[in-house]
Amino acid sequence: MRRSLALLALCLPAASALAQEEGAPPVEVEVVGGQNSQLTVAVPAMPGQALGRGISEVIASDLRATGAFTPIGPGGIGTYGQAQAAAPAYGEWRSAGAGALVSGYVEPRADGRLTVACYLHDVTAGRMLANQGFTVAQGDWRRAAHKCADLVYSRLTGQGAFLDTRIVYVAESGPRTNRLKRIAIMDSDGSNHRYLTAGRATVTMPRFSPRGDRLVYTGMLARKPRVFVLDIASGRERLLVPGGQITFAPRFSPDGRRIVFSWARSGNTDIYVVNAEGGNPVRLTSAPGVDTSPSFSPDGSRIVFESDRGGTQQLYVMNADGSGQRRISFGGGRYASPVWSPRGDLIAFTRIAGSFNIGVMSPSGGSARILTNGWQDEGPSWAPNGQFVMFNRIARGGGSTLFAVPISGGPARRMPTPQDGSDPSWSPLQS
Amino acid sequence: MRKSLILGAAVIALAASGCARRTPPPEAAAPVETAPVGPGGEIVAPGDVELTELPAQQADLVAKAGSDTVYFGTDEHILDAAAQATLAAQARWLLEHPNVRASIEGHADERGTREYNMALGERRANSAKDFLVSQGVPVDRLLVTSWGKERPVAIGSNEEAWAQNRRAVTVLVR
Repeated sequence: MRRSLALLALCLPAASALAQEEGAPPVEVEVVGGQNSQLTVAVPAMPGQALGRGISEVIASDLRATGAFTPIGPGGIGTYGQAQAAAPAYGEWRSAGAGALVSGYVEPRADGRLTVACYLHDVTAGRMLANQGFTVAQGDWRRAAHKCADLVYSRLTGQGAFLDTRIVYVAESGPRTNRLKRIAIMDSDGSNHRYLTAGRATVTMPRFSPRGDRLVYTGMLARKPRVFVLDIASGRERLLVPGGQITFAPRFSPDGRRIVFSWARSGNTDIYVVNAEGGNPVRLTSAPGVDTSPSFSPDGSRIVFESDRGGTQQLYVMNADGSGQRRISFGGGRYASPVWSPRGDLIAFTRIAGSFNIGVMSPSGGSARILTNGWQDEGPSWAPNGQFVMFNRIARGGGSTLFAVPISGGPARRMPTPQDGSDPSWSPLQS
Repeated sequence: MRKSLILGAAVIALAASGCARRTPPPEAAAPVETAPVGPGGEIVAPGDVELTELPAQQADLVAKAGSDTVYFGTDEHILDAAAQATLAAQARWLLEHPNVRASIEGHADERGTREYNMALGERRANSAKDFLVSQGVPVDRLLVTSWGKERPVAIGSNEEAWAQNRRAVTVLVR
């Protein structure tokens, strides 16, 4: 495997075309559209009629979506039998141009569930790299395929898994002057799409809890933006802060026990934190101006947020109790909607400098890189492995869609949504 | 509402049964006060109760005051002379109609991030509210809110449309 791994190590960082941006300080580089050359991975259909083939199709599609691989199959290549799954004819795959092979089979269980056996082979070296069985309810067969693709991605790139995840976002329809907005949830590949709210009230900014079982979002109630907490399984929701206050931009703490949010009154917006079950909010900022978009560091010790206290929107970091507030963004333009990476090493943000673009910087404000080139890209959300950022791309003249971009600098990929979408939130990895 | 219907049915059932001669406790027969409920069915605070717009009075406000809307510059919440004149006329109408409340609703154009625009809308609405109060409108008749960039009135992605969307609207409510 040494050779294939070396190949990936060369290609994934995509250090190509780091064009300097005009007017920006030298630390800020553009990596938009950086090129990856990709490892070819053969994914022959697993035996077992439609289900086996369907699982292999999902795996191939997931691998393509990572941007790190060129899958071949299951279309155009033969089904691979159960006996060959663990001991493939490496020579054949080598001649087919594959560097790796994903094989497997589906085994029904006595309890009605099924197990998907997943094998990853290094074709170049002619040996098995990993194998694992994933047992799921029959209706959840796609999740077993995502887990197999996650195994392949993690083993070959050394990065954490991120494919067996869900996305919540705001599904949009109707005229822009009277937009119907509903919170929708779907798998990371767009399947199993359903709506969580009915669309009676305008909703924005849904965000997952750290376990992926709850959401916080901002909904209009009695003509005011208000933070709601929604339990996904039961559909039950409640107001976070009762009493007619203007509250928005909520996010959970990494332990799921607290929620940070913005509270606007008397022309001043500050950041507060409150127990996720309710109680008295504690004020964390008091500077005159707009303090909003708070996001916890993964260890819960710090909060990044945006503030215009210095005249324009810029990024600040403070301790979780509100102490030690200091500015971290000093590049050209304005900076907004920061989100701390689940790995802790980066902060994703929206930079406003003519156009709106997504970028990442270190928590101390260094090494800023711009990753996208849309007219208005905003609202970043991290994949749980900290390697991809999903965001909201708004086209000039209308049209709002979701895209995901690798932080290593590949092209942004459109997320499949059945209608316009905004404000994506990427779930943690499902267990 | 449902509660009182069920209660009513129970009272009728009681009356039809042999227990009818027993006098029901008076509080059971009294109409049930329904507490306001939120979208999740929970009891909500008085400040969370839905508001009803008043189209006839709104049309009268627009006719008499000239407009129910004032406009702002990019990323601004300062009221220019035209905005102040409009709000002064709105204040006169509000003082002549003491039984009406107003929700002062701030909006932003699409060229701002969603969270910031929520805050900016509140800032604009608050500027308009402060001016109405300075003209003598009692503060307890005025509500302040923000729609951020969620409710544009003009849909183009150009300066003309953005200028129309950077606004605060005085919405009469009950």
